[in-house]
Amino acid sequence: MVDYIWIVIALPLAGAVFLHFFGSRLREPLPGVIATSTIGLGFIYALIATADFFAGTGEAETVHLFDWIAPLGANAELLWDPLSAIMTLTVTGVGALIHLYSIGYMHGDARYGRFFTYLNFFAASMLILVLADNFGLLFVGWELVGLSSYLLISFWFHKPSAAAAGKKAFVVNRIGDVGFLIGLMLILAEFSTLTYGTVLEEPARVITTGMATAITLMLVLGAAGKSAQIPLYFWLPDAMEGPTPVSALIHAATMVTAGVYMVARTAALFELASFSAAAVATIGAFTALFAASIALKQRDIKRVLAYSTISQLGYMFLAVGTGAYVAGIFHLFTHAFFKALLFLGSGSVIHAMGGEQDIAKMGGLRKIMPVTHFTMAVGWLAIIGIPPLAGFWSKDEILAIAFGEGGWFTFLWVIGLITALLTAVYMTRWMYLTFWGEARWEDGVHPHESPAVMTAPLLALAVGSAGLGLLNTPWPFKPALEHFLEPSFEAIKMAHIPSGSTPWILAAVSILTAAAGAWFAYRKYQGADAFDIAPVMPRRTGVWRWVGNAYYVDDIIGNLIVLPGKLVAAWTAFVLDSEIIDGSVRAVGGGVRRIGGWLRPIQTGFTRNYAAVTFAGVVGLLLWFVTRGVG
Amino acid sequence: MDLNILSLLIWLPVAGAAVVIGLPRRRPELVVPIAFALSVLTLGLAGFLVVDFDSADAGFQFVEKAAIWSDLGIDYHLGVDGISVFLVALTAFLFPIGIVASVHIEHRRKEFMATLLLLEGALIGVFLSLDLILFFVFFEVLLVPMYFLIGLWGGERRLEAALKFFLYTALGSAFLLVGIIFLSAQANDQFGSPTFNYLELLDLDISRTAQYWLFGAFGIAFAIKVPLFPFHTWLPDAHTEAPTAGSVVLAGVLLKMGTYGFLRFNLNLFPEATVQLAGFLAALAVVGIIYGAAVAIVQPDLKRLVAYSSVSHLGFVVLGIFALTSQGLSGGVIQMVNHGLTTGALFLLVGMIYERRHTRDISAYGGLQKVMPWFAGFFLFTAFASAGLPGLNGFVGEFLILLGSYTRHPALTIIAAFGVLLAAVYLLWAYERVFTGEPDKEENRALTDIGLREVSILVPMVALIIALGVYPKPVLERIEPAVERVLDRLEERTDFESPLRIDDIADEEVNR
Amino acid sequence: MEVTAGWYLALGALLFVIGASGMLLRRNALVMFMSIELMLNAVNLTFVAIGRHVGDLNGQVAVFFVMVVAAAEVVVGLAIMIAVFRRRASASVDDLAMLKG
Repeated sequence: MVDYIWIVIALPLAGAVFLHFFGSRLREPLPGVIATSTIGLGFIYALIATADFFAGTGEAETVHLFDWIAPLGANAELLWDPLSAIMTLTVTGVGALIHLYSIGYMHGDARYGRFFTYLNFFAASMLILVLADNFGLLFVGWELVGLSSYLLISFWFHKPSAAAAGKKAFVVNRIGDVGFLIGLMLILAEFSTLTYGTVLEEPARVITTGMATAITLMLVLGAAGKSAQIPLYFWLPDAMEGPTPVSALIHAATMVTAGVYMVARTAALFELASFSAAAVATIGAFTALFAASIALKQRDIKRVLAYSTISQLGYMFLAVGTGAYVAGIFHLFTHAFFKALLFLGSGSVIHAMGGEQDIAKMGGLRKIMPVTHFTMAVGWLAIIGIPPLAGFWSKDEILAIAFGEGGWFTFLWVIGLITALLTAVYMTRWMYLTFWGEARWEDGVHPHESPAVMTAPLLALAVGSAGLGLLNTPWPFKPALEHFLEPSFEAIKMAHIPSGSTPWILAAVSILTAAAGAWFAYRKYQGADAFDIAPVMPRRTGVWRWVGNAYYVDDIIGNLIVLPGKLVAAWTAFVLDSEIIDGSVRAVGGGVRRIGGWLRPIQTGFTRNYAAVTFAGVVGLLLWFVTRGVG
Repeated sequence: MDLNILSLLIWLPVAGAAVVIGLPRRRPELVVPIAFALSVLTLGLAGFLVVDFDSADAGFQFVEKAAIWSDLGIDYHLGVDGISVFLVALTAFLFPIGIVASVHIEHRRKEFMATLLLLEGALIGVFLSLDLILFFVFFEVLLVPMYFLIGLWGGERRLEAALKFFLYTALGSAFLLVGIIFLSAQANDQFGSPTFNYLELLDLDISRTAQYWLFGAFGIAFAIKVPLFPFHTWLPDAHTEAPTAGSVVLAGVLLKMGTYGFLRFNLNLFPEATVQLAGFLAALAVVGIIYGAAVAIVQPDLKRLVAYSSVSHLGFVVLGIFALTSQGLSGGVIQMVNHGLTTGALFLLVGMIYERRHTRDISAYGGLQKVMPWFAGFFLFTAFASAGLPGLNGFVGEFLILLGSYTRHPALTIIAAFGVLLAAVYLLWAYERVFTGEPDKEENRALTDIGLREVSILVPMVALIIALGVYPKPVLERIEPAVERVLDRLEERTDFESPLRIDDIADEEVNR
Repeated sequence: MEVTAGWYLALGALLFVIGASGMLLRRNALVMFMSIELMLNAVNLTFVAIGRHVGDLNGQVAVFFVMVVAAAEVVVGLAIMIAVFRRRASASVDDLAMLKG
C-alpha cells in the first residue's frame, strides 16, 4: 500500500492533466466530478495506507520513485510517516469537500473546466510538499503550491485587482523562498545532502547551535512567507480576490499551513536552535494579535476571515515554536475544518447575495439561509473556542502549553489570550452583521439558500469542526492524535500541558474570555439600526483609523519598498546602463571615429601622393640602412 | 568509427546552406522544406550522438583527427565530451524551430535560410573543435552569418546593432587570438614544436604570471560573448533588432560559446589563475544577475526585457562554473541548455506577438489572455520556467548552481539568490501588463490566437522544458564525469581543494 | 674605354629615376604606365648587369619573371584605363580621387 503512495499525488495530477486538455470540452459538471473523484479516491487511498498507524503498528517508510537531482541528494522520494499521513488526510479530505462544493459554486463560469484543472493541480502540489522526503522535493511542492495559488488568485484575470493580487502573492512568497533557499544552501554545505534522513537524524553531531540557528531562521523566513506571518503576511488579504473555494482550500485549510508543517517536520533542527524556536513562537503570537486587531474593522466578508486565518496561523506558529508540535498540528487540523467551513459559508452567502461582499450590506440572513447559518454558527463557536467544539481543544492546548513553559512564553500566553478575546469579538461581529439583526441589503438583491452540492460539504465540515477536537482530548480516546504522531517526533523533546489543576483553570479563563468577547460584540451590534451602517463602519478617528486601514501596511510597503525599488531599477536601466555603461561604449566608438576624422585628410585620393609617400619611405629606409650599415 | 558523425554534424548544415543558396530562384517554395529537412537531419544526428554517448567515459569521444598544417601543429581535430554534447544537441534542436518560426520571411528567403544553416554548422563546429585554431576559425566565421541575420533581416536600428555586435565580439576575438598564439609559442618552447592541439596544450607548464595574462585574454573574449557585466551592452541591441530566429539562436546558443569557452579553456588551461580569479568572476556574475534583473524590471520593450533576463540567467551559469564544485559546474552546464530552451521559447513568443501587432512596447498591450488564451498559456508557462519554477528545467540548473556555489562563495551566492526573486518580479509584472485585465485597446481585441504552426514549434520546447525539469538524470549523468574531470585536474595542478564534490553526497548516503 | 658593369648600373639608376619622376609628376595615366615600365626595365637592366658581373644566371631568370608580371600588369592596367576613359573621356588620374578620405 505504502509502496504505491505516489498514487495519491498521481491521481489529482492526472486529473489536472486530463482536465487541462479536455476540461473545456466537457459539459458542466463533469470536470468538477472528475476533479472531485480524483482527490476523493486519493483520500480513500491515504486512509487505507494510514490504517497501520491507526493500529499503532505502522513504521515510517520512504519510497524511492526515481533519481531527480542526485548530486544534491534531492530525489523523487516520498516519506510516509504519521505526520505526512495526517497532512495528506487533511489535504485530501478537506480538499475533496471543497472540490465538491466548487461544483456548485463555480456553476456557469466560463472557465469552469480550467478552475478544476488548477484545483487538482494544487492538490497534487500540496501532496508533493507534505510527502517529500528531502528538502529539494519539499521545495518543489513549496513553489508549485505558490504557482497554483497565483493561478487561482488571478483566476478572474480580467479583473486587474485579481491579477495584481496573484502577482503580489507569488512575489511575496518568493521573498520567503529566497530565505528558504539560503537555508537549503546552508543545509547542503553542512550535511552534503538534502535528504531528511541524514539531516534530521541527530543534527547535533554535524552542526553547532549557531549554524542550526542560522539554518532555522532562514527556514522560518520561508515559512513566514508561505504561512502569511509577520513580516510577510500582507499578501494573504489580497489573495481573497480569488474564488471563495480557493480561499478556503489554499488560503485557509492547506497551503498556508505549509510553514507550520515545515517547522514541525524540521523539529530536530529547531530543537537545537532554541532561539529560532522562540522566534517562531514570538512571530506567531504577535502575528496572531496584530491580524486579529485588523480583523476587528474589516468590512469585506472574506477579508475578516483572511485576517482571522493569519491570526490562527499565528497560534500554530506559537505552538510549534513552543515545542508543542502535536498541538500545532492539531490546531492545523481543526483549523482546516472550521476555517474551510467559514470560508465556504461566506462563499455561500456571497453566492446568495449576488456577489456582494460587504458585511455592512448584509444582515438578517439567518432565516433565509438556515443551513448556511447553522453551519456558520458551528464554525463561529469553534473558532472562538467554546467547548466542546474543535477549536477550543486545539487552541486551548496551545495556550496551556505556552503558559506551562513559563518565562517569555508566559508573556506570549498573555498575547494569545488577548487574541482569543479579539477573535471572539470580530467573529461575533462578523456573524451578527451577516446573519443576525435586520437586513441591510441593497436593492435588487434576493438572497436564497445555496444548492445541496454546496450545503452538503458545509454540513460535513461542520460535523468535523464540532467533533474532531475530541481526537486529542484526555477523554474519550486518550490523546489519540499525540499517540498517533508519536513516531514522527520520537527523538524530539516536546512541550506538554502542565499537570495538575492548571489546565482546568486556564481552560476556564479561556472560555470566560471568549464568552466575554462574544457578549460584548453582540451587545454592541445589537443596537445597530436597520439601515444605518454607521456603527459598522470603521471610525475615522484616532487609532481606529489605523486599524480600519490595516495599519497602512500596504501603503508603507508601497512607498518604502516598492517605489524606491522601482526608482533604483529605473535609474539602473536608464542612467547607469544606457548612459554610463553603454555611454562609455559609444564614447569609445565616437573616439575612434574622431581620430579617424583627423587622419582623413591624409587620404587625398591622388595616386601620385601615395606613390610619393611610398617613394619617400623607400628612400628613408635606404638611407637608414646606408648610414647604420646593413645587419 | 566508420561514420564520422561529428564531421557530419558540422558539414551537413554547411553543405545544406550551399544547396539552399543554389536552388533555382523560380522555385521559392522549395527553400523552406529543404532547409527544414536538412536541419531535422542534423537534429537526428545530434540525437544519435546523445544516445550513443558513453556516460561512463569522462574523456572525449567520437574523436576525429587529421593534420591540416603539420608544421604549425594545426589539426582538424574534433571530439565531444559531456560538456559539449548537450550544447551540440541544443544547437541542433533550436535550428529547425528557428526555421519554422521564420517561414513568413519574404525578403531574400533563400539567403536567410542559407545563413541560418551556415550559422548552425559553425556553431556546432565551435563546440566540437579540439584544435584551438579550428575553434577560433569557427568562433569567428559565425560572426558573418550572424552579422547578416541582424543587419539584413533585423528591425529598424538593425545596422547599428549589427555593427555593435560585430565590433564588440571582434575586439574580444583579437585578445583570444593573441592568447592562442602565445600558447602555441609556449608549446614550441616546451615540446620543441608548435601545437594548437587542445589535449596536448593541457600538459603545458605555464608560469603563474603568464596564466593571469592568458586567462585575461581568453576571458575577455568569452566575457563579451556571455555577456558578463559590464560587457553586455551589445546584447540588448542585437537581440532587439535581430529577427526572431536570430534572437533564438543568439540567446539559445551563441551566448553559450562564452560560458563554454570559460569552462573548456580557462578552467583547464589556466588552473592557477582560475583558482585565484574565481571569486572575481563570480562577483561579476552576481552583479550581472542582479543588474540584469533590475534593468529587466523597468524595460518598456518586451524583447529588451527578455534580453536583459538573459544577462541575469547567464550570470547564474558563470557563477556555477566559478564555484568550482561538482554541483556548481553541473548546474552551470545544464543551465546553459535550460536557458537556451526557455529564453529561446520566450523570444519565439515575443516574435509571434510582434508579427501580429508590430510593436514590442509592453504598454501597447493589455488583456491579451482573453483574446489569445493559448498564447497566454504558453507565455506564462515559459515565464515560470524562466523564473526557475521547480518541476521545470530552469529550476534544476539554478538549484544546483546556488546550492553548489554557496560553499565557495557564500556571500555572493546569497545575493544571487535574490535574482530568483527578481526574476519572478519582472516576468510576472510583464505578464500582468500584457495579458491580464480587459483588452481595452481596439488593435488588441482583433488579435488571433496562435495557429497550428506556432503551436507545433512551441510544443517540443515545452515538452523538453518539462522533461528536463522532472527527469534531468540522463543529462546530469552524462555531464558529471566530464565535470569531475575538470575538478580533478584543478585539484591536481593546484593546491586547491573543491569544497563540494559528488562523492561527498555518495559518502553521506553510505553513512546512512 | 671599357664598358664595365658600373656603366650599366648607372644607366639603370638613371632610367629608374626618370621613371619614378614621371610616375610622380605626370597626370596622364598612359604616361604613368610608361613610366612604370621604364622603372621595371631599369631594374631588369640592373639584374642582368649584376648577374653578368657575378656570373650568376639567376639575374636573367628574375628578368623573365619581371617581364611576365609587367605584361600581366599592363593588361589589367590598360583594361582599367579603357573602362575609365569610356566613362570620363579623360585619362587624367586626378579625376579618379573617389577614394579621398
